[in-house]
Amino acid sequence: MTGTGRLASALVSPTLLVLAVVVMYPIIAALYQSLFVSGQRLDAQGFVVEGRQFVGLGTYADILFGPAAERFWNAFWNTTFFTAVTVTLEAVLGMAMALVMHQAFRGRGLVRASVLVPWAIPTAVSALLWRWIFAPDGVANAILDQQVLWSSQAIASKIAVITAEVWKTAPFVGLLVLAGLQVISREVHEAATVDGAGAWRRFWHITLPLVKPALVVAVLFRMLDALRMFDLPFILIGQQKDSVETLSMLAFSEATNVHYGPAAAYATLLFAYVALIAFVFVKLLGADVIGEARSQAPKSRGARFRRGKGSAR
Amino acid sequence: MKSLRWRSVSLMTVAAFVVAGCGGGGGDSSASSEISGRGPITFATGKDVTGAVTQAVETWNGSHPEQRVRLIELPADGDQQRQQMVQNAQTESGAFTVLDLDNVWNAEFAANRWVVELPKEEFDFSPFLESAMKTARYRGRLFSVPAYSDGGLLYYRKDLLNKVDAQPPTTREEMREICAKVLELPAAEGMSCYAGQHAKYEGLTVNFAEAVHGAGGQIVNGQGQPTVDSPEALRGLETMVEGFSSGTIPRAAIAYKEQPNKRAFIGGELVFSRNWPFMWSQANADDGSSKVAGEFAVAPLPGITGKGVSSLGGHNLAISSFAENKATALDFIKFYTSKKQQRQRLIKGSLAPTRGALYDDPELQREYPYLDTLKKSIKSAEPRPRVVNYGDVTLAVQDEVYAAISGDKKPDKALSALQRRLEKLIEQK
Repeated sequence: MTGTGRLASALVSPTLLVLAVVVMYPIIAALYQSLFVSGQRLDAQGFVVEGRQFVGLGTYADILFGPAAERFWNAFWNTTFFTAVTVTLEAVLGMAMALVMHQAFRGRGLVRASVLVPWAIPTAVSALLWRWIFAPDGVANAILDQQVLWSSQAIASKIAVITAEVWKTAPFVGLLVLAGLQVISREVHEAATVDGAGAWRRFWHITLPLVKPALVVAVLFRMLDALRMFDLPFILIGQQKDSVETLSMLAFSEATNVHYGPAAAYATLLFAYVALIAFVFVKLLGADVIGEARSQAPKSRGARFRRGKGSAR
Repeated sequence: MKSLRWRSVSLMTVAAFVVAGCGGGGGDSSASSEISGRGPITFATGKDVTGAVTQAVETWNGSHPEQRVRLIELPADGDQQRQQMVQNAQTESGAFTVLDLDNVWNAEFAANRWVVELPKEEFDFSPFLESAMKTARYRGRLFSVPAYSDGGLLYYRKDLLNKVDAQPPTTREEMREICAKVLELPAAEGMSCYAGQHAKYEGLTVNFAEAVHGAGGQIVNGQGQPTVDSPEALRGLETMVEGFSSGTIPRAAIAYKEQPNKRAFIGGELVFSRNWPFMWSQANADDGSSKVAGEFAVAPLPGITGKGVSSLGGHNLAISSFAENKATALDFIKFYTSKKQQRQRLIKGSLAPTRGALYDDPELQREYPYLDTLKKSIKSAEPRPRVVNYGDVTLAVQDEVYAAISGDKKPDKALSALQRRLEKLIEQK
């Protein structure tokens, strides 16, 4: 290794060390912890046998195929369902919001600021807010003029969670997309208009492909966030409700019941799932999360534009 | 020591990763049951909303300047209190000396050696209510001292029952018959018959246990074996389910905890309500917040086939295995559970005593007319299952019972599923 190389690695090593401590260690610790169980046996006097027993992948087997499977797969499908539905709705609504905010009109600044309000409220607080709305004698039932028990009916509670989640996070997508919209040069649109393209064609063939990098990043962030969804269903609907229990809630529930091994196993499975989704998403859609494109020559921008156009056809 | 370091490091980094790194394994406790050492101690208890606990601690501190007690208020939510106490025990921290345990946690804390065995000969337990004492022992050994008790009461609308010439019911069937007459009255328009606590939380376990015990069944028998697939337990659960399907219990009550139930009753929406004694003073408030002030009374809970059986609420004091100055802690427990202190807390905070004589005190009875009924309720009350992993057991109960009352499972299917789950949970032990 040359002197420069050695110097470079010496300079980078504190960063790597910090990363190892704050990123790698908890992941490995959780993985390690998930291989053990504790407090599962009693001795003759009725005291818990101390120390923890190594069970290897036994906890995972229980979760995936054994006695805990039903609850795990239910939480898994809930998580997936919420992610798919909320992120789709958020992308569509966020896009619409961005298009509206992009127009020049009086009070645009006010609209942009007020759209951020749901996103600025802490999730726990907005969950409480929605819980009052969805209470048996709350606003939602008053408007619908029926008595829907939002917290105890399976489909109703799913709808409640989706509504609150989309309300809370569509503005986030909206703002990211708005940022993407603002870098599209006006001339492109004007040229297309001169060529006789209607509003719909211009949206489909110019706006959408050009805003795609921003949209894809927003959707990716939202997906990762939605997969970890915890506080909203927890506060809005409650614990141990099969219809809305997500993987994070399951891990939390096990941890509060002092089953640290299974809790770590659930968290590890969730981590693997999130990592897998992120990987597939980045590979398939080419989300530019780490700013790769910016470090490349300007011509890649044109390439991206063409590719975007191709896929839109 | 290694596992201790493990834990503290993972607790620091846990924020990055939901719950993954948190806590540790069993750890090797060297809990000695020897009770010695005097000096300052701490008292970990739930949030003191009435000021009665603070008052007791101040009284103690006034006469024990060398052995001061510092009050540590934990969150009001029971699950969070337990969680903090468990974490404290798992890190073998001496931060909490005296623990204010919900009486269903006694077995878990004792079996894990998180609390020390107490010397029976140091106490005179004869004035204590036996049902409360049952919750203080684990396998015949004493681990805590009952400080508060609590029992369910049937609140009923005296004014409406008088109009139809009815006595308070002793069975659910009678209750339904009375309701049928009462709800015909013009004064009862828009009212429902009855509600307890049926949301999916600990209160559901409490109400289910009452239904099963009131039908002559048991959730877990004397030998610690689960017995919920019995005809009696089925009868109890069917009564709950039938309450919802027939409309005796309003639909919204499936989301009721103590507070919504109270709001419904004091808002004049219910003829009967099962709730704890705390509701009495609030329902009797004459500041206009209650529509039923002076119009209601309490009776023992009705049973299904025979007499009603309340689930026993209450809190016990125990000494953490990892704390210093255990001898002071023992003295403080004696002081705190003394007759004088229990009387003080009943007056200041309406906290139900564990000493029977206080319920018969004429002066207190004038102030709290429900005391006599409450004593009956507590004396015949049954503790919820006394099992080491109570947390898992109550979750299983809530899952299956909730599925039955929300109509997702037939009662017999729910109970046989519950039986299997409980067998599995208890067999592991």
